[in-house]
Amino acid sequence: MATKASRSAARLMMAPAVVLLLGWMLVPLIMTLWFSFRRYLPLRGGDLGWAGFDNYVRFVTSSSFWPAVQTTLVIVVGVLVITVCLGVLLAILLDQPMWGQGVVRILVIAPFFVMPTVSALVWKNMFMDPVNGLFAHLWRFFGAEPVSWLSDVATPSIIMIVSWQWLPFATLILLTAIQSLDSEQLEAAEMDGAPVLQRFIYIILPHLSRAITIVVLIQTIFLLAIFAEIFVTTGGAFGTRTLSYLIFQRVLESQNVGLGSAGGVYAIILANIVAIFLMRIVGKNLDN
Amino acid sequence: MARAVTPRRKVINTSLAWLIGLLIFFPILWTILTSFKTEAQAIASPPLFLNFDWTLENYGVVMERSNYARFLWNSILIAGGSTILGLIIAVPAAWSMAFVPSKRTKDILLWMLSTKMLPAVGVLYPIYLLFIKMGLLDSRAGLVIVMMLINLPIIVWMLYTYFREIPVEILEAARMDGASLKEEVLYILTPMAIPGIASTMLLNFILAWNEAFWTLNLTAVNAAPLTAFIASYSSPEGLFFAKLSAASTMAIAPILIMGWFSQKQLVRGLTFGAVK
Repeated sequence: MATKASRSAARLMMAPAVVLLLGWMLVPLIMTLWFSFRRYLPLRGGDLGWAGFDNYVRFVTSSSFWPAVQTTLVIVVGVLVITVCLGVLLAILLDQPMWGQGVVRILVIAPFFVMPTVSALVWKNMFMDPVNGLFAHLWRFFGAEPVSWLSDVATPSIIMIVSWQWLPFATLILLTAIQSLDSEQLEAAEMDGAPVLQRFIYIILPHLSRAITIVVLIQTIFLLAIFAEIFVTTGGAFGTRTLSYLIFQRVLESQNVGLGSAGGVYAIILANIVAIFLMRIVGKNLDN
Repeated sequence: MARAVTPRRKVINTSLAWLIGLLIFFPILWTILTSFKTEAQAIASPPLFLNFDWTLENYGVVMERSNYARFLWNSILIAGGSTILGLIIAVPAAWSMAFVPSKRTKDILLWMLSTKMLPAVGVLYPIYLLFIKMGLLDSRAGLVIVMMLINLPIIVWMLYTYFREIPVEILEAARMDGASLKEEVLYILTPMAIPGIASTMLLNFILAWNEAFWTLNLTAVNAAPLTAFIASYSSPEGLFFAKLSAASTMAIAPILIMGWFSQKQLVRGLTFGAVK
């Protein structure tokens, strides 16, 4: 039983973390909300007064809005499909008995620790460069015309780079989940003559469903916000401008803070919708 | 792992897994190899794999030309400083939540998590403006604060899950024996909590080291860490593959090594204890 004194001590110990996070959340949030209703152009006159919902309407009706939404969806969904599908297969493979499992695990996880600016630049130059990149060498070796990856097929190229970065994350979490699977159940099914595919569909996949949901939710939140990978490869050109990159450009490049802030509010709402689902799962887990 | 498998299946598993593992690791390996080539060898056609004259020249060039040491020092200060500051604030909070839980503990934890979900780009300008007003733009102190704040929810969460595994009975026994709160924390909790705190530090250091939104947008010259140093290579300049590789290798090597040690804790830290 906690005493009254220890309760107030506990509250005191929590206070710095709570107050700091509250400030970190509320102050910029209120400022963004405020700016989103102002005509605010720091380099062209500053704060020019109340704008009502103009910024919100203009952000959505601008010609770059829908392409940005489309690009964002393509990148997020593309990376999710690739990382989850390959992640499941890879996790199953890594769970099998083999020699040097620990080393393979380390090789597979490594890309996750590579700084995003490094992985983007390494892929851009050493692999996707249309003249000197490794892919160009490979294409020429097979007698094909090298591809200008980051200009002709820019969005798929970015999906590839980002998938490479996030595949380890998906694999690692799915592997952890698979290892908690009761192997007796699998053995029983094997004895009863259930074919591989059926064992996968009826035993492994249902067991993984929760882990897959978590991977999808966490990755979605991070993928909606990818920045460095676009910043150093295409700078938003060639149809790779995502919603967050569009907001970044409005705010810092064209210095239209009102418009950018309205976009920011949209982004916050979007992220919160995803976050609610994630919180439910995490919250349930706290109860037991 | 008690399942009996035929040796043939084990051979197939092993070769397939190694093949895929090496394929995934290849871009990193290629970067490391290229960093030891000369610029001409780096773009040689057909590409040279191991049969080139190994040289350390690029490392020298990179260090000399771009004041690499300062970027490295900034990265260490920002990642290290934010980790230590975060721990100072998070340890008491996580401790009280784990050992003196109240009805609201769960709500507070979930709320903390929700602050982590706030898209950075949505609050970019306010932070930018506040930084200018407070003279924090392009300062290490400013970045230490921001990195600490964005990772604070993860630190609190990880510590909370570790602390909760410490059996309360031990604390009660100590209390019965007349240990004061100070002795309790110093002699019983701290030794038991050190492994958890160490893994939390490691993961947080990695996350702060690799963060590339705030570090790119809030720094220019003075406080720019390695993320910005690498980003400065984004505009090509003649032959630069070998130099880029050397710079990249230096930026990722320490973290790769730390990451390999923390892979177990990674799952806990990144899924908020939801996958075990």
